[in-house]
Amino acid sequence: MTFNRRKFIAVGTAAAATLSAPAVLADGHGKPRVVVIGGGSGGATAARYIAKDSKGAINVTLVEPSRSYFTCYFSNLYIGGFTDLEDISHTYGTLAAKYGINVVHDWAVDVDRDSKTVSLAGGAVLPYDKLILSPGIDFVEDAVPGWSVAAQNKMPHAYKAGSQSELLKAQIMAMPEGGRFAMVAPPNPYRCPPGPYERISMVAHVLKQMNPTAKILVADPKPKFSKQALFEEGWQRHYGGMVERIGPDFGGENVSVDTEAMTIDIDGMVENVDICNVIPAQKAGRIADMAGVTEGNWAPVNAADMSSKVDPDVHVLGDAAAQGDMPKSGFAANSQAKVCAMAVRGALTGSKVFPAKFTNTCWSLIAEDDGVKVGATYEATEEKIAKVDGFISQTGEDAATRKATYEESVGWYAGITTDMFD
Amino acid sequence: MRPLLPALTLAALLAAGGARAELIGDAEAGAQAFNACKGCHQIGQGAEDRIGPHLNGIFGRRAAAHDGYAYSASMERAGVDGLTWTLETLDAYIENPRALVSKTRMSYPGLKNEQARADLLTYLRTFSDNPANIPEAAPTAIGTDHSVDPDILAIQGDPEYGEYLSSECVSCHQADGSALGIPSITRWPEEDFVIAMHAYKDRLRPHPVMQMMAGRLSNEEIAALAAYFKDLD
Repeated sequence: MTFNRRKFIAVGTAAAATLSAPAVLADGHGKPRVVVIGGGSGGATAARYIAKDSKGAINVTLVEPSRSYFTCYFSNLYIGGFTDLEDISHTYGTLAAKYGINVVHDWAVDVDRDSKTVSLAGGAVLPYDKLILSPGIDFVEDAVPGWSVAAQNKMPHAYKAGSQSELLKAQIMAMPEGGRFAMVAPPNPYRCPPGPYERISMVAHVLKQMNPTAKILVADPKPKFSKQALFEEGWQRHYGGMVERIGPDFGGENVSVDTEAMTIDIDGMVENVDICNVIPAQKAGRIADMAGVTEGNWAPVNAADMSSKVDPDVHVLGDAAAQGDMPKSGFAANSQAKVCAMAVRGALTGSKVFPAKFTNTCWSLIAEDDGVKVGATYEATEEKIAKVDGFISQTGEDAATRKATYEESVGWYAGITTDMFD
Repeated sequence: MRPLLPALTLAALLAAGGARAELIGDAEAGAQAFNACKGCHQIGQGAEDRIGPHLNGIFGRRAAAHDGYAYSASMERAGVDGLTWTLETLDAYIENPRALVSKTRMSYPGLKNEQARADLLTYLRTFSDNPANIPEAAPTAIGTDHSVDPDILAIQGDPEYGEYLSSECVSCHQADGSALGIPSITRWPEEDFVIAMHAYKDRLRPHPVMQMMAGRLSNEEIAALAAYFKDLD
């Protein structure tokens, strides 16, 4: 089924090339075409909402190389032993079967915005009327001297979930007694602001049970971080003395690593470590660069519809977008995707377009039944997505509140992944 | 005959509390009104939990915090969210239980008459040692009208707009009605939905995420959501 459809589109491309008007459609049904690149939180949500709400009036193709997608959110909980890897794995069968989305498991290798086509590694060329890029992140080269993606099996980033998460967890389980776990935390902006610190919490949770004399060292280029007071209170309460964080005032921004010697150099102080979790500086997934919609590391977008500032027919969602005040999170990508889907549908079929509204909430787990959250609502202004209102968990909350917050996060995970993949 | 609040006290209350009306409750009339509650609740010496919990010491207590009574999941959740029984929250709850906490065991339609609620609360208060936020001068009740304006309830929502707005809800609430960790919002009568959302907007219901979400919804948007959810399976 998928193969036939892909072939059909490839044939259609040849037809489109002979026609001058891009709005003339090549699949024989006169339907407008949307191509979505990236099947994560932003891309899957956008594809699902456009296909679902247009009720077949728009042809939607989703390009995603992986057959199983692992969410980054809750991958720290996997490391902490609170969930299994298969519970954070999602596939695309429902999007194809229930909504008629043409799911293509391939790499997008080029975007030609003049001819409005996407080239795939397998050779196919997909024409589009609207292109949605939701490629997530890639790492900035040489961000941490001594580290490269080629060394990610020695010093995992585990910041794209899946095999990297498994590797990091296996390293923690095999760590020598009284050993040392180091993390190189990333500079702003990066995916999931509380993520590195939730990870520290989950690693500490595992080590406290299995290897209580082990130590955790965090080299951090940022003076402050998300939910800092909540995490530091929790580390003190649950893992007193185990976690040491070196901020920029003590050289935490001047870090290099040696992946062979397994050392980390923090401002000239060289430390031997057993595990080194390097989370480098980040940028938009590479296809955004190839599409020519990035400025610096990210792709600037208009807040009202998530369209690129340089091309109204290209939209950029989630971590890759420079949009203003929202954090880079799966929840944010899901929220942006719905605004984008509504705008794309409106442009292609004339359906009603309502004012953009955005929401984000990020839950983090500090220890068993000790959950915290931060959230905000946002609206579109001329220049950016602007924060309207927000809240954050308080230090000193009682155990029942923290437990309820954790349970809420489990419910949220079920809810939001249903909203993306089911 | 109800005791009259001295004019001076009334002036002082108005000065301190803004334009909010303060009603004087009559504990005797409240005792009569409590007859309607007795089928489920006991109060006073020797009171025990029945269908509902006994109500001694209710003022100042966290919702669902009385040991030994098996509360509904909804009431437990309201307590964890921070709902505490004060004059204001009890008044809102008695006026319309489902406005404040959905799906509890309290199958009581609500008491619309402000004076009758003030009487009842004055009676209940006599069984609490340390009634929070009640002026000590004389038994009084705050007569804030918690009910949603009929004009607001009458707004006809646009279901298409509601469908778009609802996409924010389903980032957390599952469309299949699962209530794991986060309550279900499916199959909710339109008016109950509107009342509940306004209770969050007015910060009577305690949950911070929902206060934030409802806080930026206009009356028309709440109506649109209700119109959409009404027709959802």
